[in-house]
Amino acid sequence: MKLVYFAWVRERIGKEAEEIPLPGEVKTVSDLLHWLKERGDGYAAALEHPRVIRVAINQEHVDHEARLPENGEVALFPPMTGG
Amino acid sequence: MAVCIPLVRVQAEDFDLAAEVERMTGGRKDVGAVVTFTGRCRDEGGRLAALELEHYPGMAEAELARIAGETAERWQLSGLTVIHRFGKINPGENIVLVVAASSHRKAALEAVDFLMDYLKSRAPFWKKEHPAGGEPGRWVEAKAADEQALERWKK
Repeated sequence: MKLVYFAWVRERIGKEAEEIPLPGEVKTVSDLLHWLKERGDGYAAALEHPRVIRVAINQEHVDHEARLPENGEVALFPPMTGG
Repeated sequence: MAVCIPLVRVQAEDFDLAAEVERMTGGRKDVGAVVTFTGRCRDEGGRLAALELEHYPGMAEAELARIAGETAERWQLSGLTVIHRFGKINPGENIVLVVAASSHRKAALEAVDFLMDYLKSRAPFWKKEHPAGGEPGRWVEAKAADEQALERWKK
């Protein structure tokens, strides 16, 4: 799965994007956030409060119950502050 | 009346308000109202040196197009333009422009208000403030009020 990060999620994880094979039990967005959080200090800092993280799958907003696609781009980012 | 096709641009460079209004009204005699909103960078009483706007390339355009499309479906507009900048923006510079044109004022006024409310909470842009004192930049926090503002548009 291609993961992309923005704003302070990107800064805390320390990279803009990465390709990670996901284990079979990671099926939903919520599973992904909790699984990623255990990958290291940067991830733990970025995903400390998973509920605030906003997620897009293939560039469309989804909620945390959404199922992950077989392939594609999953983006994690903070609440948006444009305008 | 046909639904207008919105113009959406995400760009680093500045925009020209007069040119964008002219694009919508030039040579037309059916446009009775043009409403524009320009969002600009404040200096927060001298405390802010610059804003840095990060965006999600691809999704920023797609999401603005979705929001603008919904706006055009909901109000009878003859034209709708949304331009959002990214990158470093100094106090006094423009950040975002929305222009809506319609036969009567109410449609254009409401359309711009609706579009900005949705843009604030749904378009993938993030502001980082760079303080005038040279301290490290800090990310602007989303306001609960922005999310709540969407409630009044629920049908």
